[in-house]
Amino acid sequence: MFVLIVGAGRVGSAVAKSALAAGHEVSVLDEDQLSHERLDAGQRDSWEEADGQFTLGTALETDALIQAGIERADVFIASTDGDNTNLIIAQIAQRRFGVANVLVRVMDPARAVWYGEQGLHTISPTKHAIEMFESALAADAG
Amino acid sequence: MYVIIVGAGKVGSNLARELIVKGNEVTLIESSRPRYLAMEEEYEHAVQYGDATELWVLERAGIQRADLVIAVTGDDEDNMLVCQVAKEKYLCERIIARVNNPRNYDHFKLLGIQPAVSATDLILRLIEHEVPRYGLVHLLALEEERLEIIELEVSNDAPVVGENVASIALPEGSLIISVLRNGSGFVPKADTVIEAGDEILLVLDPGLEEAITAFFAPSGTRAEV
Repeated sequence: MFVLIVGAGRVGSAVAKSALAAGHEVSVLDEDQLSHERLDAGQRDSWEEADGQFTLGTALETDALIQAGIERADVFIASTDGDNTNLIIAQIAQRRFGVANVLVRVMDPARAVWYGEQGLHTISPTKHAIEMFESALAADAG
Repeated sequence: MYVIIVGAGKVGSNLARELIVKGNEVTLIESSRPRYLAMEEEYEHAVQYGDATELWVLERAGIQRADLVIAVTGDDEDNMLVCQVAKEKYLCERIIARVNNPRNYDHFKLLGIQPAVSATDLILRLIEHEVPRYGLVHLLALEEERLEIIELEVSNDAPVVGENVASIALPEGSLIISVLRNGSGFVPKADTVIEAGDEILLVLDPGLEEAITAFFAPSGTRAEV
């Protein structure tokens, strides 16, 4: 499977590494060169030596997306630190490039729900944190 | 009319002032606290503090009853998102978005966000209009209505020179609406004879530009800027 990950912060880079270890073809697009170093950190081989791809560029640039391989991506993961950027590029991946499987990180739970209803596969870390706090609180209270 | 304006920068705040003067009810939404406080002195309760890409902020501003939502922040993603949510979630009939980077225009279009206004494009069009050469200038594009208004200068070798309007067999879906000659414009009649150097305004269906150019400026290229 070809996986394109846009935004390699803590979440994106960890998912990129595990996807590569699982034997998938992985391409990462990020506007910050530091993200490339993050992919190398703690690994025996560098990202490229391990057959990972890295493209420096911003997510809204169509050229950068194409260079990163969006046209043949099976999975697109939008995991930049901006909800709005993620929601826009996810829709570009889905509607313009027809990527079959699009996953979007959305911190704001309300928008995660609404865009989920519109057909995007949204993942909200905030929502999970809230649920975990709530269940921990309930367990303590019980 | 109730108008919500997202982004109280120069564009947003001046738009708000004009719309209020014209008797509209306006709410400005600004996400920078210092900017909000500066705006509050002039706009008082008509400006609200918050990130308008969050649904509750839009709801607090009364988006359910808004007749028009205008997103003019300096961030294209924010403008796209606000307009998409306004249109698709809150079923707001009219939206206007600002395009900061003209290269993002296709993204606005892809998401159905129209009209999307780019200052760079507007200035480019003005330059084309102010520096007339042979070629075609888009004056107005009505995307939803699928119509555009263009301007052409008639070249010396154009087949229409010396012809009257009635005898010019323009393609279906195009119409001459005005002729500018010697600095003044008039609506042509059937017997108006077209002269070289006339500037012709036409309304047409998108996609007919090339066919139209062949009539009025066959050797002309688009004005270079």
